[in-house]
Amino acid sequence: MTAKYRLQREVEKIKTELLLLSGKVERAIDQAIKALENRDRELARTIIERDEEIDTAEVDLEEACLKILALHQPVASDLRFMVAVLKINSDLERIGDLAASIAERAIFQIDHGCIEIPFPYREMAGKAQWMVRSALDAFVTLSPSLAQKVRDADDEVDAIHREMYFKILAKVKENPDRAEALINLIGLSRALERMADQATNIAEDVIYLVEGEIVRHHHGQPPRS
Amino acid sequence: MMTATTSSLTLDLRGGLGNEGARALSVTGAKAATDGLSEMKIRARNLSFFYGDHQALYDNDLDVRTGKVTAVIGPSGCGKSTHLRVYNRIFQLYRDQRAQGEVLLDGVNVLSPSVDLIELRRRVGMIFQKPTPFPMSVFENLAYGIRIHYKPSRSELHDRVEASLKSAALWDEVMDKLHKPGTALSGGQQQRLCIARAIAVEPEVLLMDEPTSAIDPVATARIEELVVSLKDKYTIVIVTHNLQQAARISDYTAFFYQGRIVEMGLTQQVFTKPKNQQTEDYITGRFG
Repeated sequence: MTAKYRLQREVEKIKTELLLLSGKVERAIDQAIKALENRDRELARTIIERDEEIDTAEVDLEEACLKILALHQPVASDLRFMVAVLKINSDLERIGDLAASIAERAIFQIDHGCIEIPFPYREMAGKAQWMVRSALDAFVTLSPSLAQKVRDADDEVDAIHREMYFKILAKVKENPDRAEALINLIGLSRALERMADQATNIAEDVIYLVEGEIVRHHHGQPPRS
Repeated sequence: MMTATTSSLTLDLRGGLGNEGARALSVTGAKAATDGLSEMKIRARNLSFFYGDHQALYDNDLDVRTGKVTAVIGPSGCGKSTHLRVYNRIFQLYRDQRAQGEVLLDGVNVLSPSVDLIELRRRVGMIFQKPTPFPMSVFENLAYGIRIHYKPSRSELHDRVEASLKSAALWDEVMDKLHKPGTALSGGQQQRLCIARAIAVEPEVLLMDEPTSAIDPVATARIEELVVSLKDKYTIVIVTHNLQQAARISDYTAFFYQGRIVEMGLTQQVFTKPKNQQTEDYITGRFG
């Protein structure tokens, strides 16, 4: 077996592992939102417990990538692929943490008597989920145009996040006795906004993978909050 | 046959137009500094090369920047070494080989018949795949070329030998065996001796044709460190089959394929995002 064939086989394995990890992370996001909507404490607990699986998968994938870098010293598109996978791997693990954070907030809301969430979190969650899914689709299909759409969508999530503060503040003034539960919701918005940021990072990694250009902080894109 | 280095070539190739050609070459550094081309030490233009009827190079255009390491990569038989061998006209040692086009060294075409070959080969030194120390002592390996070019006093000669061995990071290892045969050194030391010998005649360009392919990894690492440390003083062109080596030590990389230069660019760019698909396929091992 030639060294080149071995590298390609290793790369395919890495790709499969990354897709398995992304499946776990997407499911965690989906279930975290469901746990929040349905006030489902058990589901929320399951998500928090399963975050460890995501953490373990991330470490395993990173070790596999480091092994390839050390043994095969890839260059050009192979190198860009390995760099992109290492970064996407880390982004996915962070998204998994954020899903667990949403699940923790769901439990907090259940424990503190559920209140109406005073900002369009469903819309925010829908956009963040679309961004994560599309960023991963862009990775699989090597589509910089889809990746760019993900980058563009980040502004919409940021806008909802900014407005959230005023809506929470107004509610706190109306219901000062529920201030603790309301302030906890800031963390929910923050988690969804960070999730969108991580999806944007993945999209930017895809653009680097395909085009070799580091677009982070560049190309006249409005700065992300 | 002693054809291994710049200084050895002077044994066989006294010729050309003597002082006139030497003057033409020696004044060009100053000229180039004023005409805006000083950044380019060597410019190959439409360079083609023939082994008898067989054409090995096709219209090569290549710029070698002053004080930088340029790596030349490509599969076996692609013309890398052939291209390099034109820069100091070493190919003229062999029959039925001819170059066509221009190789401008500081703006002067080295292929011009008026160029003094001795002076050219002093300015453009060469190190080969296998270490080729002369069958002389370590000291004499260096002193030979120095005497020919500079006619130094005894103390000057010793100083130059010592300085060259220090530049080649060899002095500490050979200072107490200067009068032992050069061939008694290890392979890596012999190769550094050849580099010291090339440096001893104060060249401006060092051509290295796979200088580490016959030595072990530790000795290779030392040569690589040496190449990087020498680039402040010399312009270096290195042919290598070791892509990682090209990536590690060079500033610019040229990819040759079937006698043509497919791509030339900053090493970082060539190894992260080559512009040409053939370059991509070669450096990622998909062919070659």
